[in-house]
Amino acid sequence: MSERRFTLITGRTTKQGRSVHLGKEAKEFLDEISTLQMNPKDIEVLGLQEGDQVRLSTRDGSAVVKCKKGDIPQGLVFIAYGGFVNALVGSDTQATGMPNSKGIEVEVERHG
Amino acid sequence: MAESVGLKESKGLKVIEGVTCPFCGVTCDDLVVHVENGKIKEVKNACVLGKDTFMHHLEGWATPRIHGKPATVDQCIDAAAEILAKAKYPLIYGLDSTELGAQRKSIELADLIGANIDHTSSVCHAPSLQAVQTVGISSCTVGEVKNRADLVIFWGCNPAEAHPRHPSRYSVTAKGLFTPRGKKDRMVIHVDVRPTPTARMADAFIQIKPNSDYEVFSALRALLKGHELDQAEVGGVAIDEWKTLLEKMKSSKFGILYWGMGLTMTRGKYLNIVALLTLTQELNRFTKFLAAPMRGHGNVVGMAQVLTWQTGFPFAVNMSRGYPRFNPGEYSVADLLAHGEVDAALILAADAIGNFPAKMAEHLRSIPMIAVDPKESETTKVATVVIPSAQAGIAAGGIAYRMDHIPLVMKKVVDSPYPSDREILERIIAKVAAMKNGGNGAPVRAGGARG
Repeated sequence: MSERRFTLITGRTTKQGRSVHLGKEAKEFLDEISTLQMNPKDIEVLGLQEGDQVRLSTRDGSAVVKCKKGDIPQGLVFIAYGGFVNALVGSDTQATGMPNSKGIEVEVERHG
Repeated sequence: MAESVGLKESKGLKVIEGVTCPFCGVTCDDLVVHVENGKIKEVKNACVLGKDTFMHHLEGWATPRIHGKPATVDQCIDAAAEILAKAKYPLIYGLDSTELGAQRKSIELADLIGANIDHTSSVCHAPSLQAVQTVGISSCTVGEVKNRADLVIFWGCNPAEAHPRHPSRYSVTAKGLFTPRGKKDRMVIHVDVRPTPTARMADAFIQIKPNSDYEVFSALRALLKGHELDQAEVGGVAIDEWKTLLEKMKSSKFGILYWGMGLTMTRGKYLNIVALLTLTQELNRFTKFLAAPMRGHGNVVGMAQVLTWQTGFPFAVNMSRGYPRFNPGEYSVADLLAHGEVDAALILAADAIGNFPAKMAEHLRSIPMIAVDPKESETTKVATVVIPSAQAGIAAGGIAYRMDHIPLVMKKVVDSPYPSDREILERIIAKVAAMKNGGNGAPVRAGGARG
């Protein structure tokens, strides 16, 4: 795995669950769903600073979000459920009905 | 009915006790809601997620409209009925964040118009439902866990953020009959690909590699049967560590394994759960061991209950031949939309566009769509017809099933100017039935509409 390739985990967070009640255009909600949590060492390896914009690319699409240090193992990145995740998740379900929404291969690179 | 129970009123302030929270599958039924002049002023006992559900319920209300233009609710219901009566292969979807009566009506409507009917479980715990139907489940209520469990394993789930009161009410610090010291009488283990906030409340955290769960459960089953494995590690964790976990499972008096999306949304899907359920069943040769899914939306279990009771299947049901057919991968919402198969949709109590992968949302945007929702969402923004509803569990009462299949009463704590989901569906059904009988739509099939 090259240093730009990661495994993407999507999921719920408390902030996302709370701010959704303020509306999907609320700043708090948009901030939370557009923040990528990364291991501090991975941020360093990619030459990024916390708050930098990164482009995430999967087989199915791409999205630009900001990165943040998180308690997450090296090689994994995490982002809360929301519109930015939707651009990255494919619709193939391997005939199960369930798209692959976690454990997705993703490329992370600096944006801008 | 239940609205009068636990109601205390003085000087315009109503204090309603024993309120059931509609947000997540824990459906805490001990909330106290203070209502003054028809507005919610305070919510006690709820977690942050539940509290915000009540306190912000007035924000972002949807408005009735057709093709983006303001309309009356009556006009919207007529327009919705017309779309559904004309559709050849419609979809009814959402349905988990509402009450049981509305869920029953949604199935009646699906039967009447020969629709595909699926609910948000489809992209959530549907693989768990498939696994349970495949190999069965040894499970129990949360009350049993509170009173008896001395080993609780959270695998691929994060109750600290998704079900904040589950640990304190039932599974971690809760004090029960045989667990009088709460946390001191329990061992809590968290297994996940990252140390989620749940790891902080656990006695041990085991970090496994993404997409390795099936392999890990299979290895645990082999070890349980006395086989030695010729590998040093499985899922990135040393075999000895798995042996230690297995010993803890075998030596517990009452163990339970809770699982979440970490298993249903990753490689293996329902097969991960089949392996998990088989392992927990086999552990019963040694001790009492159970398993249960951590369910998300408030009444998500209710929809699977009523759909299974009425059609035999818990999700992804197709009624186009006048009888129910079940085929995940074909009649499930992800596949129906990704393949561009449905020609109209009714989305109730869910933000499909806001939660679906882009390709699915794209098809939904291209067909006539009716959104029934108390609040504006990405779905209402692009819907052909928007029908605002009274929010179930806040402005409309009814039944919700807790995650362990226990039905609870949801109370109406405030009024809404809009009808309930159930009433909206009843009115659409009446209108569609009249149109079909009047010869304006397709003829009613034999055995089609039920009363």
